[in-house]
Amino acid sequence: MNKIVSNILFSIFLIFFQAMFLNHINFMSFVNPYLYIFLIIYFPLKTNRSIFILTAFLAGLIIDFFSDTHAIHAAACLCIAYFRTYYLKIFFGMAYQHQVVKFKHLEFKQNFLYLITMIFTHHLILFSLEVFSFAHLNIIFKKTISSLIFSFILVIIFFEFFIKKSR
Amino acid sequence: MQRIIYFLNRNKELILFLSLLLFCFYLNISYNQYNKSKFINSSNSFFSFFFDKKRNISKYLDLEYQNKILVEENSKLKKQLFNDNHEIVGLPKQKNFEVTATSVIKNSYNMQYNFLTVNAGSSEKIKIDNGVISSNGVIGIVDKVSEKYSRVISIINKNFLLNAKHKKTNFFGVISWNGIDPKKVQLKDIPKRANITIGDSIVTGGNSLIFPKGILVGTVESYKLDFSENYIEIEVLLSSDLRNLDSVYIINNNNFEEIISLYE
Repeated sequence: MNKIVSNILFSIFLIFFQAMFLNHINFMSFVNPYLYIFLIIYFPLKTNRSIFILTAFLAGLIIDFFSDTHAIHAAACLCIAYFRTYYLKIFFGMAYQHQVVKFKHLEFKQNFLYLITMIFTHHLILFSLEVFSFAHLNIIFKKTISSLIFSFILVIIFFEFFIKKSR
Repeated sequence: MQRIIYFLNRNKELILFLSLLLFCFYLNISYNQYNKSKFINSSNSFFSFFFDKKRNISKYLDLEYQNKILVEENSKLKKQLFNDNHEIVGLPKQKNFEVTATSVIKNSYNMQYNFLTVNAGSSEKIKIDNGVISSNGVIGIVDKVSEKYSRVISIINKNFLLNAKHKKTNFFGVISWNGIDPKKVQLKDIPKRANITIGDSIVTGGNSLIFPKGILVGTVESYKLDFSENYIEIEVLLSSDLRNLDSVYIINNNNFEEIISLYE
């Protein structure tokens, strides 16, 4: 019970941190890190999947309300929440199917690939929906790759501090 | 029947996922296509409350720069007053327009559809379709109003259109944004015979009821013929820096409803 409360508080902190500060960094006038997907990437593994999908949707929708985007964050979060099971199967294989994967004990190498795929999927969907035109594929990829680097650095720092540390 | 229930139960995550995704697409596409969806916006008081609090903390960090802007504007207005030059009136002198000063509490310029939130709302008599300008030029148009806050469509929003003219020759065109550079907008539909040089001013035209005539939008940076080769497309360098905004003015046209009612 205690852990659920602390997880909820941490999620609220992440969402506010994203909406208040990270959304306004605008490095080179278009690059923003998206740290809040941390809570979807490292959502507890044993939770009911429907609840997980709904939580991800809500988290995205709150960010949408803050940043006046029209449900693009919600859609992107929804997609990575749904695809996460399949990514976990691909990257952790047997260990995931026997339910012995623990985020605390992840090696950097395994974690790296999983993280990059999740963040890339999220950013690609996010920016495709935002730009919403095939004529501007270069903008989509420019934004995706540059934000990916920043998001990855922030997420890995948070991972080391909050998940590895609690081992 | 049992099979249907079994099927639904087995695929409940997929169904949940697809239905929520469809809902997201509906919101997104209805905004992009018809400019209509106003369900999601940060001008409602719950979300704006936090931006307001943040501004209260962070406004002190920027005071020097904002002061400089205000002093510059004051000196510009003083100069106009002493020279009594009616042609370059930055703000309207007739009673047709009312001006409310307010400040930006949330700003974005990194997306394709950018919005600002300002802390003045219906209690300050702000209405939908009021114009918003800074001391340097046009910022946007109010698009949603709550009691204390309102949301503004920024000039760098792909759904934003504005009637504007080339100041020297008085040729009219339409301002829109292609989504690439937040410092530049595009002015289209200027006839080929217009004599345009780089550095000319682009100002609002009198055709729109929202802005008074002659408010600066920007200067010509470059121009080229468009694909039909009959019209010129101008790259306009915005005179107001959308990336650093604090004090803005909201303009309300008192005759707006009367004129609109003529067209209905």
